Amino acid sequence: MSVPGPWYLGLAAFLFGIGATGLLVRRNILVMYMCIELMLNAVNLTFVTFSRMLNDLGGQDAVFFVLVVAAAEVVVGLGIIVAIYRRRAGATADDVNSLKG
Amino acid sequence: MSFLAATGLAIGSAWALYGVGTALVLAGALGVVLLRNPVHCALSLVTTIFGIALLFVDQHAYFLAAVQIIVYAGAIVILFLFVIMLLGVDRKEARAPENVRLLVPMALVVGAVAVAELLALARLQYWAAGAKSTTQSLSGPGSDIQKLGQTIFTSYLLPFEMTAALLVIAIVAAVALVRRRSQPPPAPPRKSAGALRHPARAPEAPGAAVRPAATAGAGRSAAAATRSPAAAASTPKTSNETREGRAVS
Repeated sequence: MSVPGPWYLGLAAFLFGIGATGLLVRRNILVMYMCIELMLNAVNLTFVTFSRMLNDLGGQDAVFFVLVVAAAEVVVGLGIIVAIYRRRAGATADDVNSLKG
Repeated sequence: MSFLAATGLAIGSAWALYGVGTALVLAGALGVVLLRNPVHCALSLVTTIFGIALLFVDQHAYFLAAVQIIVYAGAIVILFLFVIMLLGVDRKEARAPENVRLLVPMALVVGAVAVAELLALARLQYWAAGAKSTTQSLSGPGSDIQKLGQTIFTSYLLPFEMTAALLVIAIVAAVALVRRRSQPPPAPPRKSAGALRHPARAPEAPGAAVRPAATAGAGRSAAAATRSPAAAASTPKTSNETREGRAVS
């Protein structure tokens, strides 16, 4: 016996909301990436919970692929951040406006 | 009677695990959003990840709990900390005035609306609606890692191979993004080996020495333009040049 699924789904919704709010509020690009990780974790929790509620292994497979994609995304994103910091010191999200015409 | 006591204990321990995991998850998430120092944010992210792994264990997804800790806490957060350390941004975020007025209240409203929408949509219909056990039954015989491996190598073989390609592409992209270009690319291949070994000295061939200055004067290569001060003085990249110099020093 374990905790009913809706408890996990509610927690995942709150975690996703906190991550989305942090993505909007914070100005440091690294912390914004961490907020994206929070949202991905919320979705992972939802997948595992649905997998248990529907007695289906596909949700856990989806979590597996989300983990791989998250790792690749972080690698490329941090490479972009390092390249930005090399060109200009102390870049927040407001400073990256070089594409402005 | 003893069976009932054991069942009650199992239910109680499941709820206890859920409570601890929820506390860790919410505390870590609030720490990521609210703390000012990026290092503290990364450590709060580790707290959230451990809480999520606890909730995975509570739902009998043992393999995913282990992978969650290994991949997230062992690789991704370490990568964040390495980048923070490399760039030296482990100081408090400046509390500069926002470009957009009322940014924080608007963001709070958007987040609250998102949570309310998720909860309302989930309560309007059933929480989990759909066909059961279409991929494979979760409660069948065997451990969860064995069943996960079987489905990945049968039903999800093509996505699995595509993730392999994605990882290779990500590695190549990271190297290509971060690599410092020491020599201009159109150097002839027979001289490039010696030129790469001694990048600071003048190359033996006179043609290779003339070529970077020519490209910098033409303004075709941005990297060469920022390296050469004479060329940078004539271009509007002077502010970037001084900023880069300050960042290095």
